[in-house]
Amino acid sequence: MQANGKGNGLATHSKGAKEDRFQGHDYYNIDELLEDDHLLARDAVRTWVKQEVSPIIEDYANRAECPTHLFKGLAEIGAFGPSLPTKYGCGGMDEIAYGIIMQELERGDSGIRSMASVQGSLVMYPIYRFASEEQKMKYLPKLASGELIGCFGLTEPDHGSNPSGMVTNIKDDGDAYILNGAKMWITNSPVADLAVVWAKDEEGVIRGMVVETGTKGFTTPEIHGKWSLRASITGELVFEDVRVPKENVFPEIRGLKGPLSCLSKARYGIAWGAIGAAMDCYDSALRYSQERVQFGKPIGQFQLTQKKLAEMITEITKAQLLAWRLGTLANVGKATPAQISMAKRNNVHMALEIAREARQIHGGMGITNEYPVMRHMMNLETVLTYEGTHDIHLLITGMDVTGFNAFK
Amino acid sequence: MKLLVCVSKTPETTAKISFSDNNSTFNEAGVQFIMNPYDEWYALVRALELKEAAGGTVTIINVGPAANDTVIRKGLAIGADDAIRVDSEPKSALFVAKQIAEVAKAENYDAIFLGKETIDYNGSEVGAMLAELLDVPYISFGSHLEMNGNVATIARDIEGGVEVAEVETPFVVSSSKGMAEQRIPNMRGIMMAKRKPLKVVPAVECEDFATVVSYSMPAAKSEVKMLDPENMDELVRLLHEEAKVL
Repeated sequence: MQANGKGNGLATHSKGAKEDRFQGHDYYNIDELLEDDHLLARDAVRTWVKQEVSPIIEDYANRAECPTHLFKGLAEIGAFGPSLPTKYGCGGMDEIAYGIIMQELERGDSGIRSMASVQGSLVMYPIYRFASEEQKMKYLPKLASGELIGCFGLTEPDHGSNPSGMVTNIKDDGDAYILNGAKMWITNSPVADLAVVWAKDEEGVIRGMVVETGTKGFTTPEIHGKWSLRASITGELVFEDVRVPKENVFPEIRGLKGPLSCLSKARYGIAWGAIGAAMDCYDSALRYSQERVQFGKPIGQFQLTQKKLAEMITEITKAQLLAWRLGTLANVGKATPAQISMAKRNNVHMALEIAREARQIHGGMGITNEYPVMRHMMNLETVLTYEGTHDIHLLITGMDVTGFNAFK
Repeated sequence: MKLLVCVSKTPETTAKISFSDNNSTFNEAGVQFIMNPYDEWYALVRALELKEAAGGTVTIINVGPAANDTVIRKGLAIGADDAIRVDSEPKSALFVAKQIAEVAKAENYDAIFLGKETIDYNGSEVGAMLAELLDVPYISFGSHLEMNGNVATIARDIEGGVEVAEVETPFVVSSSKGMAEQRIPNMRGIMMAKRKPLKVVPAVECEDFATVVSYSMPAAKSEVKMLDPENMDELVRLLHEEAKVL
């Protein structure tokens, strides 16, 4: 049954390390809950990742360089804003399809998934939700096709978990606003053509706007020295008396609910994406346990290895069910921010724990880039913190069930 | 051009293979299925390229049950215009060829494409049978195809070289590596595929001339023996007595 003589699980370690032999894992037949277009989307993105991401990702991560050539490929497969309407050049898919795309991209690398989720959830989605029709037609088709790359500025150097304390501000100046301030930890900023920026107006109300790079006074210095998401480019946004035309400011939306609604979209995608990283670690560990022989037998025959693997697939299965249910709620607009917090927090933590256990199963090989595990583990340290930290999401659940806000 | 592409459903390449009913039936439980890669990567994509260059339509046809619709939708997502499914289990190569011929007779396709073989049964039979039933030329194992008007120039790899043939439409061609490059469907294509027509037609009668009696698995690979590099005598002995290659 083999078209290419591969994939029988009998290859040697050195050969297996370079060839992406990933197979999906579906212990509870969750595929039966999915539609044809979900399965086709998964198959398409998985194939793309195996062809375009897996062969180069270790090298780019090792050199801490962003494979910016992949923006074009991500656009071609339709990974930018897949659930936005086709009239803007997007996919018109449902939220489960979007989640599955994020899962498959993060199976390749969290940095690649970040490239797509920032563009789709944090740039295209707010423009779709809050911008004028004219702005939508101006930006969305070009963002969908990858002609324009966007980034999202909410977090500031002194305001991470507490975005309402932001100091970035705009002042009315006739036909434009004058923007001042700085944003930190901005995925894609050094390569972006535009930024969706959140700043306070003169009444202290948070407003959103599109700021094009190249505007005088707007710079995007790169942040170096990351041990995580090394294949993703991160920077700052620095605004010094930047003139933002008034038509670039979102007309209606006021307050934190604007940026938070974008974050809900992105967090939803991360809840799925983390499953991809976890599955890649599990898949690699499972195969390694069947091939690596110690004391005269594969290490998968030892009880402590089985315990790790059994717990991994149990946790992955629970995370899959959580994501699937969240997706069905999101499809009818019923997924609450608190429900999204629970899934993001649970699934990212699950993935990080699995990466650590999988690293142990791989023994010494687990710390090398012959296997994807340590790269995923380092990536997931970021994913645990960005888009709402692990602790803040816990407190959101705590507030939701008790009615008391514990982080103010 | 009016083109037909025959697509099969095959087990995914890493599927675990087992048999039931006294080894006479392939056990499909738990097996993931895909479109036969030779049909998808080469036959379908080359047909789409011809359509994109010269206009026309590409129809895909599959003989199989409703469960095959996912595979058919993938073909539509990659770019085929419409699809026909002959609603029946594909019992044998002749049965499949007969069903496709029945559809093709009424439609006057300029060319019919299919993969050089399916990756499960490796029969390479349907193309030749189909051409015979339609009384049109058949070129097998095409690795390159160019159309000039109604004449196709088709290269096929042969032992130690390449054979080039010319054939007028209508014809049947089976496709091997080199004919085209795999295309990954994008999300818009996947969504458009939901709205493309998929016609289901009943099967026609076809006599079976052969029945499968049993399947068996290839013998398991023997274990690798590691020898000390100093121990050449033992290596020679094993190659002579066990491997019997010396």
